[in-house]
Amino acid sequence: MARMKFLCDADRCIECNACVTACKNEHEVPWGINRRRVVTLNDGLPGERSVSMACMHCTDAPCASVCPVNCFYTTADGVVLHNKDTCIGCGYCSYACPFGAPQYPQTANFGTRGKMDKCTYCAGGPEADHSQAEYVKYGRNRLAEGKLPLCAEMCSTKSLLAGDGDIIAEIYRERVVTRGYGSGAWGWRTAYGETVTV
Amino acid sequence: MKHLLARAALALTLGLGASAPALAQVNPTEKSVSEDALFQALGSGDYVVGRITIPDANAGYLIKPDNKIWAALQGDTLHMVSIVAIVGMIVLLAAFYMIRGKIRVDAGLSGRKILRFNVIERFAHWTLASTFIILALSGLNIIIGKTVLLPVLGEAAFGTISAWGKIAHNFLAWSFMVALVMVLVLWIVHNIPNSVDLQWIQQGGGLLRKGVHPPANKFNAGQKVIFWAVILGGAALSFTGFLLLFPAEAGTPADWQFFQTIHAVTAAVLSAIIIAHIYIGSVGMEGAFDAMGSGEVDENWAREHHSLWVEEVKGSSGSARAHPAE
Ligand code: HEM
Ligand code: SF4
Ligand code: SF4
Repeated sequence: MARMKFLCDADRCIECNACVTACKNEHEVPWGINRRRVVTLNDGLPGERSVSMACMHCTDAPCASVCPVNCFYTTADGVVLHNKDTCIGCGYCSYACPFGAPQYPQTANFGTRGKMDKCTYCAGGPEADHSQAEYVKYGRNRLAEGKLPLCAEMCSTKSLLAGDGDIIAEIYRERVVTRGYGSGAWGWRTAYGETVTV
Repeated sequence: MKHLLARAALALTLGLGASAPALAQVNPTEKSVSEDALFQALGSGDYVVGRITIPDANAGYLIKPDNKIWAALQGDTLHMVSIVAIVGMIVLLAAFYMIRGKIRVDAGLSGRKILRFNVIERFAHWTLASTFIILALSGLNIIIGKTVLLPVLGEAAFGTISAWGKIAHNFLAWSFMVALVMVLVLWIVHNIPNSVDLQWIQQGGGLLRKGVHPPANKFNAGQKVIFWAVILGGAALSFTGFLLLFPAEAGTPADWQFFQTIHAVTAAVLSAIIIAHIYIGSVGMEGAFDAMGSGEVDENWAREHHSLWVEEVKGSSGSARAHPAE
């Protein structure tokens, strides 16, 4: 089985935000929620880099270890998904996540949190694949169609890579070797406890 | 830049990517931010943060490595601490019950009653008690429910209960705070530590051996400990709980994590203390429950456990007919 991961090659990202838009559109993500976002480091300085970030689908996911109702589960592909029917909107996962992935629609007064929403790696949720219920709660299930996440597929510079961790790490390693520089596999050491060494 | 790209492209087409000349050339990207360099410079509690174009400023935090520390604290350590505190206290009390048994009124019941807690005191106590118990159960559910209840109830029922528990926890906290203030105002005068307490502690409160009855005022040293644990613990829970409820008031997410930790530890410890309190106020001691039930206790119970208080309310002669001032 593949172990699905994301890798953003920041040396290629041009901050076009196509990934962000593609994700919002594909999944009809609620207002105010960005499952993916692009952060620019050293903005305006020499050596500025942009990184596209979403849920990293961590190994031993911190969100899962704090969730009071155990609503997270990791698929055979290593994708971290959650069950919105069980979620109580406590917010704990958002404090545990190193990547700011879990977000909440505001459902009532005093900022009451609704069911947590985050990147699903375009893999839906616990409902039957391609069902309407799954689409409404989690968005499209592209993985079940044999397709990779749309953000990475849309990326104009192929900066954002999605796929089996070993394969995308190899692609990145080759790039770094070829061009002679690389700012690193952003988030990998935090999410997977290891980074891509060249 | 164009120049470099052209050269990189050339290197690529020539298949010379890793060759020494390509690396030796001046590299305008060598000053670029790299994760390695950022992480080396990152102090504890620091984040990798940049600029974001969407309105949510929090989205600018790219990586917060230390969130994993809190996740482990909450998911593993506090989870264990809570289980140990609760189960440990229950085991301890079961052992105590097996060895010492129910603490009886040695002199037997006299049949004469003394008013111990008036209706306002009992109202305050039971408001505090009922809200605390629901808060403790729904709160503990948040941290250990997935280990204790989930396997029994199944995911759907457990999810429903937890959702209601969260609502109950958020709303009942306010009644708890009101009751806490009432209890503080009503009983603080009786809970100032004094020299009688030392003697009481030296004799183990008379809890350990039959027939030992150190003198005590309205509240003995053990009860004063309970009182102050409830007041201080309750205040800490109220303060941190308020900030958890309104995260914007708590400050940064790291501050929130700190308050959550205090809340969880205090709740575990206070819950354990209260289990002991419930034990001694019900099955653990004959005649104790009446004080909070009907409000009236048997005179012999009062003489054994609160001799100085009995003298106070009845006069030192202890005439059975004299009534408390109220
Ligand atoms: C079903 C549960 C409970 C029972 C049966 C119970 C019983 C009692 C009794 C009989 C007393 C009076 C003791 C005396 O005569 O001196 C008392 C006092 C008190 N109770 Fe409770 N109680 C319960 C729950 C609670 C809870 C949950 C709290 C607070 C969170 C609490 C806080 C207090 C305090 C502060 C006092 C005064 C100090 C003391 O007597 O230890 N009680 N309770
Ligand atoms: S990135 Fe955040 S939400 Fe995604 S698996 Fe890791 S901790 Fe969970
Ligand atoms: S917000 Fe939902 S998914 Fe996140 S920890 Fe709470 S219950 Fe679990």
